[in-house]
Amino acid sequence: MNSRVEQSEANKTIKMKQFLIFIRKEFAHVLRDRKTLLILFGMPVVQILIFGFALTSEVKDARIVIMDQARDAASRQIISKIEASRYFEVDKTVRSNQEMKEALKQGDIRLAVIFPANFNYDLVHQNDARIQVIADATDPNNATTLTSYISSIIQDYQADFNKTNNIPYRIVPEIRFLYNPELKGAPNYVPGVMALVLMLVCVMMTAVSIVKEKETGTMEILLVSPFSPLKVIVAKAVPYLILSLVNVVSILLLSVFVLDLPVNGSILLLFAESTLFIITCLVIGIFISVKTNTMQVAMLISLMGMMLPTILFSGFMFPIENMPVPLQVISNVIPAKWYYIIVKDIMIKGLGFSAIWKETLILAGIAIVMLVISLKSFKIRLS
Amino acid sequence: MSEVVIKTEKLTKRFGDFIAANEITFEVDKGEIFGFLGANGAGKTTAMRMLCGLSIPSSGKATIAGFDVYKQTEQIKRNIGYMSQKFSLYEDLTVLENIRFFGGIYGLTDQQIKSKSDQLIKQLGLEQEAKKLVVSLPLGWKQKLAFSVAVLHEPKIVFLDEPTGGVDPVTRRQFWDMIYDAADRGVTIFVTTHYMDEAEYCNRISIMVDGVIKALDTPRRLKDTYHANNMDEVFYELARGAKRSE
Repeated sequence: MNSRVEQSEANKTIKMKQFLIFIRKEFAHVLRDRKTLLILFGMPVVQILIFGFALTSEVKDARIVIMDQARDAASRQIISKIEASRYFEVDKTVRSNQEMKEALKQGDIRLAVIFPANFNYDLVHQNDARIQVIADATDPNNATTLTSYISSIIQDYQADFNKTNNIPYRIVPEIRFLYNPELKGAPNYVPGVMALVLMLVCVMMTAVSIVKEKETGTMEILLVSPFSPLKVIVAKAVPYLILSLVNVVSILLLSVFVLDLPVNGSILLLFAESTLFIITCLVIGIFISVKTNTMQVAMLISLMGMMLPTILFSGFMFPIENMPVPLQVISNVIPAKWYYIIVKDIMIKGLGFSAIWKETLILAGIAIVMLVISLKSFKIRLS
Repeated sequence: MSEVVIKTEKLTKRFGDFIAANEITFEVDKGEIFGFLGANGAGKTTAMRMLCGLSIPSSGKATIAGFDVYKQTEQIKRNIGYMSQKFSLYEDLTVLENIRFFGGIYGLTDQQIKSKSDQLIKQLGLEQEAKKLVVSLPLGWKQKLAFSVAVLHEPKIVFLDEPTGGVDPVTRRQFWDMIYDAADRGVTIFVTTHYMDEAEYCNRISIMVDGVIKALDTPRRLKDTYHANNMDEVFYELARGAKRSE
C-alpha cells in the first residue's frame, strides 16, 4: 500500500520533470531565434513609442483662421500673441461665418478663433469677455491639444491684463468641438496596444511554434513518445504565457514612466485579467495550429484572421458605436474588445472588479468555447 | 523458440470506403530486422501508425511487445522508438540538448541521460560537435544521431520510416551497421524502405500491395519463389499489378 503511494508520488515527480524539460526546450527555441525575440520584445516597445509620440504629442504650426469682429486693442493683442506662438500659424482672417465654415471644411484648418464685436467693451465694462474657439475634432486628440494651447494663451493675456488693473477681468474661451463633440474614440492607445501586442504574440507565436513541429516532423516523434499530446500542447503554450506577462510589465512600465499614464486601478486585477486574455489568445493560437499544417498558413490566418478584426473591432482605433449594427454584433466575438474595455476601466478609470465582471465573464466564456472546440478537433486529428 | 514481439491478426484500417490496410497478419521475433516494403500509397504508413499507437485500427488484433494496440497505447509508446523519413531532431538545439530532451521525455534519470549521452557522443565521434547546433551537422550524421536518439531509452522495438532517404551510400552502410548492432542487443527493427539493396539486409521482408501483404519471407526465399536475381525484380513482379498509387 505504502509502496504504491510512493510509486505514484515518484511518477508524479517524473511527470513534472518531463513537463519542465519540455518547457525549457520551448524557451530555448524562442530565446535562440533572434527574429522571434525581436518581434516578441521589440514590437511592444516600438508600438507604445510610436503611438505615444508620433501620434499624440505636441502639435506645431497648426493652421488656424481668425474672425475678429471686434478689431479693438484687446483682440489685436491676443491675436498677435497667438501669431507669435510656435503652435499656430494664422492662415487667414475671415469676415463672415460662411467664410469660416468654408475654411474649416477644407480640412487643413484645425481651429477657428472668433472675437465677438464688442470684445474690449465687454472686458472693460462687464469684466467678462468671451472668445469662441471652434476646433475640428475629427482628430479628437489633436483638437484637445490645440484648444488647451489657445486657452493658455488667452489666460496668459488675462493675467497680464489683470496685473495693470485692480479689478479682476475675466476672459472666457468658449470651446466647441466640431464634428465629434464628445471626443469619443480618443486613442487611449496603451490599452489598445496591450490588446494588440498580446493578441499577436500569443496567437501567432503559439500557432507557428506548434505547426513548426508538425512541419519538421518532430511532432510525430513527440506523439509516439509517452508524453501525452495534450501535455505537448500545454507545454508549448506555457512559455508564451510567461513571455506575454513580461510584455505586459514592459508596456506598463513604459506607459507609467515614459508616457506618464499611471495605472489608476489595482495592478493585481490588471494582471489577472491580462492572464485571462492571454490564455484566451493561446487557445485561439492552438486552435489555428490544429487546423493548419504549414507555418505560412498559420501565420497568414493569425495575421488576417486575428490582427485585422482586433484592430477594426476592439474599439481601439475605430469607435464601435459608430459602426453599422451587423458590425457591432460581430465585434462582440472579438476577445480584444472586452479586454480593451477591461484595461481602460482598470487603468484609466481606476474601477474595480465589480465594474468589469461582465466583460470578464464574456472573455472567460470565449476562452472556454475555443478550448472545447480545439480539444475536439485535436482528438479527431489523432485517431 | 524465439519471443514474438509484434503480432497482428487481420489488422484493418478503413477511412470511409477506402481500406488503407486490409487484414494484415504477421509476426516479428525479438531481435529481428523486419523490412516493410511497398509502393507509395500501398498502406505502409497506415499500418505503421497503427503499430505505434498513433492510429486506432478499424478491426483485427495486434499486440506490440505484448501490449494491445486498442487499450494499451501508453505502454506501447514506452516500449518503442520511432524515427521518421523527415529528419526529426530539433535543429535549433545542440546535439547534447537534443539527447537530454528526448531522454527526459522518455523519463530517463539525469544520471542515465548523462552516461548515455557520453557514450553516444563517443560512439558517433561527435565530441567536437556536442555543443554545436544540430543544424550545422551534415545530413548523414544527423540521421545517425536521430537513430541513436530513437533507441536511447532502450526500446524493445524501433520503427524506422524510410530512415536513409537522401543519404549517401557510405553513410547508409554505416547506418545499417548501427541497425545490426541494435538488433544484436535484442532490439527488434521494423523498417520501411524504397532501396531494394537495403531490403536484402533485412532478415525477413513483407511486400505490401494495395493494402494487402502480398509476400512475406526471407529475401533469399522470395528471390527463389519469384525466380528473380535480386529484390528489385521481386518487388517489380509484385507491385506492377497495383491499382493504387500516389
